[in-house]
Amino acid sequence: MPSHAQPAALPRAPKSSSRRRSPMAAPQSFLWTRRVILTFLAAFALLPVYVMVSSSLKPLQDVSGKFHWIPSGLTVKPYFDIWDTVPLARYFVNSLIVAGTATVLSVIIAVFSAYAVSRYKFRGKRVFTVTVLSTQMFPGILFLLPLFLIFVNIGNSTGIALYGSRGGLILTYLTFSLPFSIWMLIGYFDSIPKDLDEAALVDGCGPLGALFRVVVPAAVPGIVAVAVYAFMTAWGEVLFASVMTNDTTRTLAVGLQGYATQNDVYWNQVMAASLVVSVPIVAGFLLLQRYLVAGLTAGAVK
Amino acid sequence: MTATVTTDSRTEKSDRVTSRGTGGARRRLPRIPDRIRQGGLPYLLLLPAVLLELLVHVIPMVIGIVMSFRQLTQFYINNWGGAPWTGFDNFKIAVDINAPIGEALLHSFFVTCVFTFFAVGLAWLFGVAAAIMLQENFRGRGFLRAVFLVPYALPVYAAVITWAFMFQRDNGLINHVLHDQLGLTDQPSFWLIGDNSIYALIIVSVWKGWPFAFLIVMAGLQNIPRELYEAASIDGAGIWQQIRKITLPSLRPVNQVLVLVLFLWTFNDFNTPYVLFGKAAPENADLISIHIYQSSFVTWNFGTGSAMSVLLLLFLLVVTAVYLFITSRGRKGADA
Repeated sequence: MPSHAQPAALPRAPKSSSRRRSPMAAPQSFLWTRRVILTFLAAFALLPVYVMVSSSLKPLQDVSGKFHWIPSGLTVKPYFDIWDTVPLARYFVNSLIVAGTATVLSVIIAVFSAYAVSRYKFRGKRVFTVTVLSTQMFPGILFLLPLFLIFVNIGNSTGIALYGSRGGLILTYLTFSLPFSIWMLIGYFDSIPKDLDEAALVDGCGPLGALFRVVVPAAVPGIVAVAVYAFMTAWGEVLFASVMTNDTTRTLAVGLQGYATQNDVYWNQVMAASLVVSVPIVAGFLLLQRYLVAGLTAGAVK
Repeated sequence: MTATVTTDSRTEKSDRVTSRGTGGARRRLPRIPDRIRQGGLPYLLLLPAVLLELLVHVIPMVIGIVMSFRQLTQFYINNWGGAPWTGFDNFKIAVDINAPIGEALLHSFFVTCVFTFFAVGLAWLFGVAAAIMLQENFRGRGFLRAVFLVPYALPVYAAVITWAFMFQRDNGLINHVLHDQLGLTDQPSFWLIGDNSIYALIIVSVWKGWPFAFLIVMAGLQNIPRELYEAASIDGAGIWQQIRKITLPSLRPVNQVLVLVLFLWTFNDFNTPYVLFGKAAPENADLISIHIYQSSFVTWNFGTGSAMSVLLLLFLLVVTAVYLFITSRGRKGADA
């Protein structure tokens, strides 16, 4: 793919001029190194994708025998069978509800927190940012069991079912992406001139009016970036999903293992199901990745 | 770390913001009136985040630490407050390397260290190389950038299950290439059990981790002023020199945070080994998080499991502190 990377340094694409640098033509040594590295990395990145796609189109006897690069016969049957072998549709809906709700809540809460830290001066600000950030380094295994016990106890004493419910998982997941989201939005809000919301305050907006009418619209790329991050975190989490869910609330992270625990592993169905659960998120991510880079540039990497 | 620095530099500006309405002459208002004017608003805004972090992270962690001093078995699971105190017994069991539990924990710790070293090192190397090679514009750049981010976007379980399929002994791609096509091995090898499993784990972890490094470094590269490169090229510096003298030094602060984050995530990683190997990892790839999970949820010994988790946390705290100390000293040295 990168083999048509010829006189690359020539300023021939003015649209992304901000990242073009040396006006001198790059030497052959650089171009060849680049070709080799980029080809290797592209192949490495895409190898499992190729296996996923090609194996999902193979008949069962083909995936059960020796691996072949080219499928011996193409079939789309696995794509119909996946819904019957395990209740994939239900897992899908569960994942969508859990990840979607966790994302929305996490983003709203992060916007409030980041606004407070970015625009106000108050006692305990430093303690807040340091504490929130340091929760990132806790090993999940350390609070998995206590959290599980807390949820069970809350359920026993108040009747609010957190353990085994989607609510408990939503609550847990939204805190996973929260520290990073707050951190990134603080940086992003800081990059928005304070004159803008000062002016809004002078014009009679309340602080929340200034936040929602001025700061939030100006920070859309940063907010999209943290939303993408929050959704992906929740969509891909395995450990808590496997402990905190039951048959009806199971998410894709656990449900997908259903194909593999049978006597026969239906590898073509496993691959088809993996592809089905991956396509929406990969497509969404690739559409929004520019925002993520822009958000990281302004927010987290300074 | 970066966040705290920016927080400090901002404090003076926000002083100006809040006192602006009262005119320039009173710019140096004492702090207390400011705080009264803004009322409890900042605290109100922070409240949801604080409550949630307390409920899901801080309180469970405190309970986890308390549990590590109790004899917590499945009999006390509904009444864990009633489990008897045992002092440091759980810790003694966890670190007694002459007994099976302590020996296994130490082994698992070594495995995790080796795994983390290679997984972080390679992921970092690939990410930096990819970002630098894509820094300039050329045809196909946008496409490659999307391709490189695919492993990051794929859900862990879907991607790792695919790797597990590729590593199957009889019907996997890896053995097909190594044995059937290249003839490098006498017979198809096992990858998901036995001695090779650590290689399989490192490869999958690198595959999953390097696009994140790529993303962060790519963002970091955009903050390097273009003028530096222009000046360098006017002075006659070639592209290799520019990479060595401008790009890599400018990336230092980004790299420091990146390596720390990669280290913490990789060392704590549960998802990759769990999906690749299942509940019980092969001895050679028995990462610490799986090991603790196994000790707590499978053998139902939560007290010892908690003690192991606390030891893990202490270790991570020490490493992080040392790392931050070294890197901040390095930065000061560079400034001086």
